[in-house]
Amino acid sequence: MRCRKCPHKAVLEIPRHHTAFCKRCLTEFVCGQVERAVKHDKMFTKADRVLVAVSGGKDSLTLLDVLHTLGYHVAALYVDLGIGDYSKRSKAKVEAFTSARGLVLHVHELKEDEGAGINDLANLISRPACSACGTIKRHHFNRVAVEYGYSVLATGHNLDDEASRLLGNVLRWQTEYLDKQGPVLPASVDGFAKKVKPLYRLAEREIAAYAVVNKLDYIVEECPNAVGAKMLLYKDVLNRLEAESPGTKQAFYWGFLAKQEAEGGRTMAESDQAMLRPCVACGQPTTAETCNYCKMMARAIATKAP
Amino acid sequence: MKVLLCHPSREVDIMGPKRVKELLRELKLLPEAVLVIRGDELVTEDDILRQEDHIEIRPVMSGG
Repeated sequence: MRCRKCPHKAVLEIPRHHTAFCKRCLTEFVCGQVERAVKHDKMFTKADRVLVAVSGGKDSLTLLDVLHTLGYHVAALYVDLGIGDYSKRSKAKVEAFTSARGLVLHVHELKEDEGAGINDLANLISRPACSACGTIKRHHFNRVAVEYGYSVLATGHNLDDEASRLLGNVLRWQTEYLDKQGPVLPASVDGFAKKVKPLYRLAEREIAAYAVVNKLDYIVEECPNAVGAKMLLYKDVLNRLEAESPGTKQAFYWGFLAKQEAEGGRTMAESDQAMLRPCVACGQPTTAETCNYCKMMARAIATKAP
Repeated sequence: MKVLLCHPSREVDIMGPKRVKELLRELKLLPEAVLVIRGDELVTEDDILRQEDHIEIRPVMSGG
Protein backbone atom coordinates (compact mmCIF):
# COMPACT_ATOMS: atom_id res chain seq x y z
CA MET A 1 0.00 0.00 0.00
CA ARG A 2 1.29 3.45 -0.95
CA CYS A 3 0.96 6.70 0.97
CA ARG A 4 -1.89 8.82 -0.44
CA LYS A 5 0.19 11.98 -0.22
CA CYS A 6 3.59 10.89 -1.54
CA PRO A 7 5.19 7.88 -3.33
CA HIS A 8 6.49 6.19 -0.14
CA LYS A 9 5.22 2.95 1.37
CA ALA A 10 2.28 3.45 3.74
CA VAL A 11 2.66 2.44 7.38
CA LEU A 12 -0.93 3.12 8.47
CA GLU A 13 -4.28 2.96 6.74
CA ILE A 14 -6.94 5.29 8.14
CA PRO A 15 -10.29 4.05 6.80
CA ARG A 16 -12.31 6.84 8.51
CA HIS A 17 -10.48 9.36 6.33
CA HIS A 18 -10.22 7.03 3.28
CA THR A 19 -6.46 7.45 3.37
CA ALA A 20 -3.10 5.88 4.20
CA PHE A 21 0.14 7.55 5.24
CA CYS A 22 3.87 6.87 5.22
CA LYS A 23 5.91 7.69 8.35
CA ARG A 24 6.52 11.32 7.45
CA CYS A 25 2.96 12.05 6.30
CA LEU A 26 1.52 10.26 9.37
CA THR A 27 3.63 12.50 11.61
CA GLU A 28 2.42 15.58 9.69
CA PHE A 29 -1.18 14.35 9.96
CA VAL A 30 -0.97 13.85 13.75
CA CYS A 31 0.75 17.21 14.32
CA GLY A 32 -1.80 18.88 12.01
CA GLN A 33 -4.78 17.42 13.88
CA VAL A 34 -3.35 18.57 17.22
CA GLU A 35 -2.61 22.05 15.87
CA ARG A 36 -6.12 22.24 14.44
CA ALA A 37 -7.69 21.28 17.79
CA VAL A 38 -5.52 23.76 19.70
CA LYS A 39 -6.35 26.65 17.36
CA HIS A 40 -9.98 25.86 16.46
CA ASP A 41 -10.98 25.27 20.09
CA LYS A 42 -8.84 28.18 21.36
CA MET A 43 -7.06 25.87 23.82
CA PHE A 44 -3.86 27.93 24.21
CA THR A 45 -1.28 29.90 22.27
CA LYS A 46 2.49 29.96 22.10
CA ALA A 47 2.47 32.62 24.82
CA ASP A 48 0.95 30.16 27.33
CA ARG A 49 2.74 27.80 29.70
CA VAL A 50 1.09 24.41 29.30
CA LEU A 51 1.22 21.66 31.92
CA VAL A 52 0.82 18.21 30.32
CA ALA A 53 -0.35 15.40 32.61
CA VAL A 54 1.70 12.32 31.67
CA SER A 55 1.38 8.66 32.59
CA GLY A 56 4.20 7.19 30.49
CA GLY A 57 1.65 5.78 28.03
CA LYS A 58 1.41 6.43 24.28
CA ASP A 59 -1.19 9.21 24.47
CA SER A 60 0.38 11.52 27.01
CA LEU A 61 3.92 11.09 25.68
CA THR A 62 2.72 11.67 22.11
CA LEU A 63 0.91 14.82 23.26
CA LEU A 64 4.02 16.10 25.01
CA ASP A 65 6.19 15.26 21.99
CA VAL A 66 3.84 16.90 19.47
CA LEU A 67 3.30 20.09 21.48
CA HIS A 68 7.05 20.40 22.12
CA THR A 69 7.78 19.82 18.40
CA LEU A 70 5.19 22.45 17.43
CA GLY A 71 6.97 24.99 19.64
CA TYR A 72 4.55 25.27 22.57
CA HIS A 73 5.93 25.90 26.08
CA VAL A 74 5.26 22.61 27.81
CA ALA A 75 6.16 21.02 31.14
CA ALA A 76 5.06 17.61 32.43
CA LEU A 77 3.31 16.38 35.56
CA TYR A 78 3.50 12.75 36.66
CA VAL A 79 1.40 11.46 39.57
CA ASP A 80 3.10 8.39 41.05
CA LEU A 81 0.18 6.23 42.16
CA GLY A 82 2.41 3.64 43.79
CA ILE A 83 1.12 0.66 41.75
CA GLY A 84 4.17 -1.55 42.37
CA ASP A 85 6.55 -2.19 39.48
CA TYR A 86 4.08 -0.78 36.95
CA SER A 87 4.42 2.70 38.48
CA LYS A 88 8.21 2.34 38.71
CA ARG A 89 8.47 1.42 35.02
CA SER A 90 6.09 4.15 33.84
CA LYS A 91 7.83 6.80 35.96
CA ALA A 92 11.24 5.78 34.54
CA LYS A 93 9.83 6.20 30.99
CA VAL A 94 8.54 9.69 31.83
CA GLU A 95 11.82 10.74 33.44
CA ALA A 96 13.88 9.53 30.46
CA PHE A 97 11.48 11.17 28.00
CA THR A 98 11.43 14.61 29.64
CA SER A 99 15.14 14.59 30.43
CA ALA A 100 16.04 13.81 26.78
CA ARG A 101 14.02 16.85 25.69
CA GLY A 102 15.12 19.16 28.51
CA LEU A 103 11.54 19.55 29.79
CA VAL A 104 10.51 20.39 33.36
CA LEU A 105 8.92 17.43 35.14
CA HIS A 106 6.79 17.78 38.28
CA VAL A 107 6.26 14.55 40.23
CA HIS A 108 3.64 14.00 42.89
CA GLU A 109 4.27 10.90 45.03
CA LEU A 110 1.11 9.42 46.50
CA LYS A 111 2.97 7.25 49.01
CA GLU A 112 4.88 10.26 50.33
CA ASP A 113 2.10 12.82 50.38
CA GLU A 114 -1.03 10.75 51.01
CA GLY A 115 0.82 8.06 52.99
CA ALA A 116 -0.31 5.12 50.83
CA GLY A 117 -0.49 3.93 47.24
CA ILE A 118 -3.74 3.97 45.26
CA ASN A 119 -4.67 0.32 45.94
CA ASP A 120 -4.29 0.69 49.74
CA LEU A 121 -6.19 3.98 49.69
CA ALA A 122 -9.01 2.49 47.62
CA ASN A 123 -9.23 -0.49 50.00
CA LEU A 124 -9.40 1.80 53.02
CA ILE A 125 -12.39 3.65 51.65
CA SER A 126 -13.97 0.62 49.91
CA ARG A 127 -13.99 2.23 46.48
CA PRO A 128 -12.80 0.76 43.16
CA ALA A 129 -9.15 1.74 42.51
CA CYS A 130 -10.00 3.40 39.15
CA SER A 131 -12.60 5.65 40.73
CA ALA A 132 -10.29 6.74 43.60
CA CYS A 133 -7.49 7.19 41.05
CA GLY A 134 -9.62 9.57 38.95
CA THR A 135 -10.47 11.75 41.97
CA ILE A 136 -6.85 11.89 43.13
CA LYS A 137 -5.41 12.66 39.69
CA ARG A 138 -7.97 15.40 38.98
CA HIS A 139 -7.17 17.01 42.34
CA HIS A 140 -3.40 17.06 41.83
CA PHE A 141 -3.56 18.00 38.13
CA ASN A 142 -5.54 21.10 39.05
CA ARG A 143 -3.51 21.83 42.21
CA VAL A 144 -0.11 21.73 40.47
CA ALA A 145 -1.35 23.77 37.48
CA VAL A 146 -2.72 26.50 39.78
CA GLU A 147 0.17 26.46 42.29
CA TYR A 148 2.86 26.76 39.61
CA GLY A 149 0.95 29.30 37.54
CA TYR A 150 0.42 27.28 34.33
CA SER A 151 -2.26 28.81 32.13
CA VAL A 152 -3.68 25.48 31.07
CA LEU A 153 -3.59 21.77 31.88
CA ALA A 154 -3.55 19.37 28.90
CA THR A 155 -4.39 15.66 29.08
CA GLY A 156 -3.89 12.92 26.50
CA HIS A 157 -7.56 11.92 26.12
CA ASN A 158 -8.15 10.77 22.55
CA LEU A 159 -11.18 10.20 20.30
CA ASP A 160 -11.64 6.63 21.60
CA ASP A 161 -11.51 7.80 25.24
CA GLU A 162 -14.10 10.50 24.63
CA ALA A 163 -16.40 8.38 22.44
CA SER A 164 -16.36 5.48 24.92
CA ARG A 165 -17.01 7.81 27.86
CA LEU A 166 -19.88 9.38 25.95
CA LEU A 167 -21.28 5.92 25.18
CA GLY A 168 -21.07 4.98 28.89
CA ASN A 169 -22.85 8.17 29.95
CA VAL A 170 -25.54 7.86 27.28
CA LEU A 171 -26.20 4.18 28.00
CA ARG A 172 -27.08 5.10 31.56
CA TRP A 173 -28.52 8.53 30.64
CA GLN A 174 -26.09 10.27 32.96
CA THR A 175 -26.86 13.55 31.25
CA GLU A 176 -25.41 15.59 34.13
CA TYR A 177 -21.94 14.49 32.99
CA LEU A 178 -22.39 15.48 29.34
CA ASP A 179 -21.54 19.15 29.89
CA LYS A 180 -18.04 18.13 30.99
CA GLN A 181 -17.40 16.07 27.86
CA GLY A 182 -16.08 18.84 25.64
CA PRO A 183 -12.39 19.17 24.76
CA VAL A 184 -12.10 22.47 26.66
CA LEU A 185 -13.13 23.13 30.26
CA PRO A 186 -12.73 26.82 31.11
CA ALA A 187 -10.95 28.30 34.13
CA SER A 188 -14.38 29.40 35.22
CA VAL A 189 -13.67 30.29 38.86
CA ASP A 190 -10.63 31.17 40.97
CA GLY A 191 -8.58 28.07 41.73
CA PHE A 192 -9.73 26.18 38.64
CA ALA A 193 -7.17 25.67 35.86
CA LYS A 194 -8.36 25.59 32.26
CA LYS A 195 -8.31 21.97 31.02
CA VAL A 196 -7.91 20.85 27.41
CA LYS A 197 -7.75 17.61 25.39
CA PRO A 198 -5.75 18.36 22.21
CA LEU A 199 -5.83 14.71 21.01
CA TYR A 200 -9.63 14.51 20.76
CA ARG A 201 -9.49 14.48 16.94
CA LEU A 202 -7.19 11.43 16.84
CA ALA A 203 -8.04 7.74 17.28
CA GLU A 204 -5.79 5.86 19.66
CA ARG A 205 -4.51 3.63 16.87
CA GLU A 206 -3.25 6.72 15.01
CA ILE A 207 -1.56 7.97 18.19
CA ALA A 208 0.05 4.58 18.87
CA ALA A 209 1.30 4.52 15.26
CA TYR A 210 2.81 8.01 15.70
CA ALA A 211 4.57 6.79 18.87
CA VAL A 212 5.97 3.73 17.06
CA VAL A 213 7.21 5.51 13.92
CA ASN A 214 8.76 8.31 15.97
CA LYS A 215 10.32 5.76 18.34
CA LEU A 216 8.75 7.18 21.50
CA ASP A 217 9.65 4.87 24.38
CA TYR A 218 6.26 4.50 26.08
CA ILE A 219 4.92 1.89 28.49
CA VAL A 220 3.01 -0.64 26.40
CA GLU A 221 1.63 -2.70 29.28
CA GLU A 222 -1.80 -1.75 30.59
CA CYS A 223 -2.31 -0.51 34.16
CA PRO A 224 -3.02 -3.70 36.19
CA ASN A 225 -6.02 -1.98 37.77
CA ALA A 226 -7.66 -1.44 34.37
CA VAL A 227 -8.24 -5.15 33.72
CA GLY A 228 -11.96 -5.61 33.18
CA ALA A 229 -12.62 -1.83 33.23
CA LYS A 230 -15.95 -0.82 31.64
CA MET A 231 -14.15 1.69 29.40
CA LEU A 232 -12.30 -1.16 27.68
CA LEU A 233 -15.59 -2.90 26.96
CA TYR A 234 -17.08 0.29 25.49
CA LYS A 235 -13.96 0.81 23.38
CA ASP A 236 -14.19 -2.75 22.10
CA VAL A 237 -17.85 -2.26 21.14
CA LEU A 238 -17.01 0.99 19.32
CA ASN A 239 -14.10 -0.70 17.52
CA ARG A 240 -16.48 -3.40 16.25
CA LEU A 241 -18.83 -0.74 14.94
CA GLU A 242 -15.87 1.16 13.44
CA ALA A 243 -14.69 -2.00 11.61
CA GLU A 244 -18.12 -2.39 9.98
CA SER A 245 -18.65 1.31 9.38
CA PRO A 246 -15.49 3.48 9.41
CA GLY A 247 -16.09 6.93 10.85
CA THR A 248 -18.61 5.80 13.48
CA LYS A 249 -16.54 6.96 16.46
CA GLN A 250 -15.90 10.44 15.12
CA ALA A 251 -19.50 10.83 13.94
CA PHE A 252 -20.68 9.87 17.44
CA TYR A 253 -18.36 12.16 19.43
CA TRP A 254 -17.90 15.06 17.04
CA GLY A 255 -21.63 14.95 16.27
CA PHE A 256 -22.32 15.26 19.99
CA LEU A 257 -19.98 18.28 20.23
CA ALA A 258 -21.63 19.97 17.22
CA LYS A 259 -25.10 19.40 18.67
CA GLN A 260 -24.00 20.76 22.03
CA GLU A 261 -22.55 23.87 20.40
CA ALA A 262 -25.67 24.43 18.30
CA GLU A 263 -27.96 24.14 21.32
CA GLY A 264 -26.10 26.93 23.11
CA GLY A 265 -27.76 27.59 26.45
CA ARG A 266 -25.88 28.41 29.60
CA THR A 267 -22.10 28.23 29.13
CA MET A 268 -20.00 25.96 31.25
CA ALA A 269 -18.36 28.99 32.87
CA GLU A 270 -21.80 30.31 33.88
CA SER A 271 -22.87 26.93 35.27
CA ASP A 272 -19.62 26.60 37.22
CA GLN A 273 -19.86 30.11 38.64
CA ALA A 274 -23.37 29.34 39.85
CA MET A 275 -22.46 26.00 41.43
CA LEU A 276 -18.84 26.05 42.59
CA ARG A 277 -17.31 27.36 45.81
CA PRO A 278 -13.95 26.75 47.52
CA CYS A 279 -13.58 23.50 49.47
CA VAL A 280 -13.37 24.29 53.20
CA ALA A 281 -10.38 21.96 53.57
CA CYS A 282 -8.16 22.54 50.51
CA GLY A 283 -9.67 25.58 48.79
CA GLN A 284 -10.12 23.90 45.39
CA PRO A 285 -13.48 24.58 43.70
CA THR A 286 -16.25 22.10 44.49
CA THR A 287 -20.04 21.87 44.39
CA ALA A 288 -20.18 20.70 48.03
CA GLU A 289 -18.76 22.11 51.24
CA THR A 290 -15.83 19.66 51.10
CA CYS A 291 -14.44 18.38 47.79
CA ASN A 292 -14.43 14.68 46.85
CA TYR A 293 -10.68 14.41 47.31
CA CYS A 294 -10.72 15.81 50.85
CA LYS A 295 -13.77 13.67 51.78
CA MET A 296 -11.96 10.61 50.48
CA MET A 297 -8.74 11.38 52.35
CA ALA A 298 -10.64 12.12 55.59
CA ARG A 299 -12.39 8.75 55.27
CA ALA A 300 -9.08 6.95 54.62
CA ILE A 301 -7.47 8.57 57.68
CA ALA A 302 -10.49 7.79 59.88
CA THR A 303 -10.51 4.13 58.76
CA LYS A 304 -6.80 3.76 59.37
CA ALA A 305 -6.92 5.32 62.86
CA PRO A 306 -7.29 2.72 65.66
CA MET B 1 6.65 -17.00 11.83
CA LYS B 2 6.97 -15.96 15.48
CA VAL B 3 4.15 -13.71 16.59
CA LEU B 4 4.39 -11.87 19.90
CA LEU B 5 1.05 -11.05 21.51
CA CYS B 6 0.23 -8.97 24.59
CA HIS B 7 -2.33 -9.09 27.41
CA PRO B 8 -1.26 -11.71 28.36
CA SER B 9 2.22 -11.67 26.86
CA ARG B 10 2.81 -14.82 24.77
CA GLU B 11 4.46 -15.97 21.56
CA VAL B 12 2.73 -18.13 18.97
CA ASP B 13 3.98 -19.85 15.79
CA ILE B 14 1.96 -19.13 12.66
CA MET B 15 2.66 -20.60 9.23
CA GLY B 16 3.81 -18.01 6.66
CA PRO B 17 3.65 -16.46 4.16
CA LYS B 18 0.48 -14.69 5.10
CA ARG B 19 -1.12 -11.30 4.60
CA VAL B 20 -1.48 -9.13 7.72
CA LYS B 21 -5.22 -9.07 7.20
CA GLU B 22 -5.38 -12.88 7.22
CA LEU B 23 -3.14 -13.12 10.28
CA LEU B 24 -5.44 -10.82 12.24
CA ARG B 25 -8.50 -12.74 11.09
CA GLU B 26 -6.89 -16.03 12.13
CA LEU B 27 -6.08 -14.61 15.57
CA LYS B 28 -9.60 -13.10 15.80
CA LEU B 29 -8.21 -9.58 16.35
CA LEU B 30 -9.84 -6.34 15.22
CA PRO B 31 -7.51 -4.26 12.99
CA GLU B 32 -8.77 -1.11 14.73
CA ALA B 33 -7.52 -2.38 18.12
CA VAL B 34 -3.93 -3.32 17.23
CA LEU B 35 -0.77 -2.35 15.36
CA VAL B 36 1.26 -4.98 13.53
CA ILE B 37 5.02 -4.42 13.78
CA ARG B 38 7.70 -6.30 11.80
CA GLY B 39 11.11 -5.67 13.38
CA ASP B 40 10.55 -2.03 14.27
CA GLU B 41 8.45 -1.14 11.21
CA LEU B 42 4.68 -0.85 11.03
CA VAL B 43 3.01 -2.94 8.33
CA THR B 44 -0.39 -2.44 6.70
CA GLU B 45 -3.16 -5.01 6.13
CA ASP B 46 -2.09 -5.87 2.57
CA ASP B 47 1.57 -6.54 3.49
CA ILE B 48 2.73 -10.14 3.21
CA LEU B 49 4.51 -11.57 6.24
CA ARG B 50 7.18 -14.18 5.59
CA GLN B 51 7.83 -17.41 7.49
CA GLU B 52 11.11 -16.03 8.90
CA ASP B 53 9.57 -12.76 10.17
CA HIS B 54 9.33 -11.77 13.82
CA ILE B 55 6.06 -9.99 14.35
CA GLU B 56 4.70 -8.05 17.29
CA ILE B 57 0.99 -7.42 17.60
CA ARG B 58 0.66 -4.44 19.88
CA PRO B 59 -2.72 -3.50 21.37
CA VAL B 60 -3.59 0.19 21.19
CA MET B 61 -6.42 0.29 23.73
CA SER B 62 -5.80 1.76 27.15
CA GLY B 63 -8.10 2.02 30.16
CA GLY B 64 -8.62 5.76 29.67
